[in-house]
Amino acid sequence: MLRINHIHTFYGNIEALKGISLDIAEGEIITLIGANGAGKSTTLMSICGVVPPRRGEIYFRGTPIHDMATDKIVALGICQVPEGRRIFPILSVMENLEMGSYLRRDPQGIKSDLDYVFDLFPILAQRRHQAGGTLSGGEQQMLAISRALMARPKLLLLDEPSLGLAPLIIQQIFEIIVKINRENRTTIFLVEQNANLALKIAHRGYVMENGIITLSDTAANLLGNEAVKKAYLGI
Amino acid sequence: MTMRKLFTLDEIKKSLLVALWFMVLTFPILAVRVNPIYKVVEWRWHNLLMVGIGAFLLSFPWRYFQGHGKPPEKSAAAENQALKNSKILLWRRHPWVRLCAVVLATGLVLSFPFLFSSYQVNIMTTALIYVVLGLGLNIVVGLAGLLDLGYVAFYAVGAYSYALLHLHFGLSFWLCLPIGAGLAALFGILLGFPVLRLRGDYLAIVTLGFGEIIRLVLENWNEFSQGPSGISNIPRPGLPGIEMSLNASSIFLYFLMIALTLFTILVVSRLRDSRIGRAWLALREDEIACQAMGIDKTRTKLTAFALGATWAGMGGVMFAAKTTFINPASFTFLESAIILSIVVLGGMGSMLGVILSAFILILVPEYLRAFSEYRMLIFGAVLVIMMVFRPQGLISNVRHRYRFEGLKTPPEELG
Repeated sequence: MLRINHIHTFYGNIEALKGISLDIAEGEIITLIGANGAGKSTTLMSICGVVPPRRGEIYFRGTPIHDMATDKIVALGICQVPEGRRIFPILSVMENLEMGSYLRRDPQGIKSDLDYVFDLFPILAQRRHQAGGTLSGGEQQMLAISRALMARPKLLLLDEPSLGLAPLIIQQIFEIIVKINRENRTTIFLVEQNANLALKIAHRGYVMENGIITLSDTAANLLGNEAVKKAYLGI
Repeated sequence: MTMRKLFTLDEIKKSLLVALWFMVLTFPILAVRVNPIYKVVEWRWHNLLMVGIGAFLLSFPWRYFQGHGKPPEKSAAAENQALKNSKILLWRRHPWVRLCAVVLATGLVLSFPFLFSSYQVNIMTTALIYVVLGLGLNIVVGLAGLLDLGYVAFYAVGAYSYALLHLHFGLSFWLCLPIGAGLAALFGILLGFPVLRLRGDYLAIVTLGFGEIIRLVLENWNEFSQGPSGISNIPRPGLPGIEMSLNASSIFLYFLMIALTLFTILVVSRLRDSRIGRAWLALREDEIACQAMGIDKTRTKLTAFALGATWAGMGGVMFAAKTTFINPASFTFLESAIILSIVVLGGMGSMLGVILSAFILILVPEYLRAFSEYRMLIFGAVLVIMMVFRPQGLISNVRHRYRFEGLKTPPEELG
């Protein structure tokens, strides 16, 4: 579904991604784990075209997207839940969700997707008129995921959904991620620091260090891998 | 703060300091007067004494009300209730109150030029031009959150397009109004392109530079714009086949301006509630999240600049038609600053607030002419007091909220 071919991404003169390649198949949950500053978020930014790669190619269902504008990429069906949630604080929950369906023109579909996300996160239905900024951290994360789902993405990019949340909430959010993947066949690319949790729900995983991918395997194998255990699982 | 606590030694000391500070501040204007005929300096110490006593006394209520100015933290529910009860919104809820208000306002607007002198009509026309300018800048600054300090450039573009097109090609006012608006929009896009990547302070500086460039070009390119001597004999707008006296044409201009203002209010309020308006709001909030939603950042910003500039262009054409003479001195940075003050004072993004503050900022200095030398002092004081007591602007931008739950009546607008 998504094929990344040796991309190099720079911030000014600093090379953040030094030739990354990865593959995501339809219907998979893929996770990318790694330490701070490894380039995980940059990988997502490169896929979305916010920070386009300087070299290398990215194909989405065969279409080259590495030199496309961000809004065109989103229109193809790739939607990102940015790191730190980044909901619109003064817009209400409802308006935030409407922003998610900004590119869509099918009122019926939008309506049914709205019911779907309210079904996934009933708390959002209760708070639909509240300003996004007044929600708790966990609720904001739910809103950010729902907002992305409102675009009915084919590929959902999640950037550290566990950031700064209580363990119980993280558990809940990860269960929902699996549910979204199962029910809608939405392909999910999950970037996480919480390697243990991410590998438990993913089918396959990539390990990233200093801008390169050092390991790639099935999630189960990675969970059993000695090096991974030592570096990321703290076992 | 209770009344009792107000007069402790500490408070009196504070007030003395305030009095001293005001005496120092106003010393050059109020105490010193140079008499050029006898070539002597008059010292007016009694003035200074009055300022000192006045500041000393006024500083007590000032602090008293400042202490009361900060309301206790209200819950969202209580705020909603307060919003419902607030008098400003009363007219929205009772249809007959609303009807009365509309009838009254219409009557006042229509009869204004026949009740008051042509001097008043001219001032009102000027104020209406600033209403349009304020509403236009409100798109860029209030809605899209792009701080534009060079807005006057588009105003100049509008004014000069009418003046020059009439001078060289004899084009009429009616033709120049859309052309001026279009040219201003074009310049808006021209400015927009280089500043797409900038935000906040950097954007402000670049737009400030742009405003100065336009003014300097107009000032120095004599062959094009007749330089500092400006362009005179710009015709007032008329109707074909009707000769109008000076008085009649200023009344006509007044009604024209009313029409343009209503048109602006209509279009801008529709824009605000449209898809692009929502995109502007979102862009102001968070650019990255906006991109993740698939909003074309470039196009959204450029439309904000272009649409904002359009109104400045129309305002410029009206200005040229009203004064019949323009030169670059009318388009200095001070103008940009005043228009920006209108937007900030009114409450960023709030249309009613911007309209109200345009009237205040233009009419107050005009009516304070009686106090001639002190009017700018009073004007400045009003601005400072405003920002201390209502930093969110006259009417803060209450966002529209729609409710569906538990209401028997149809969905009601709360904002």
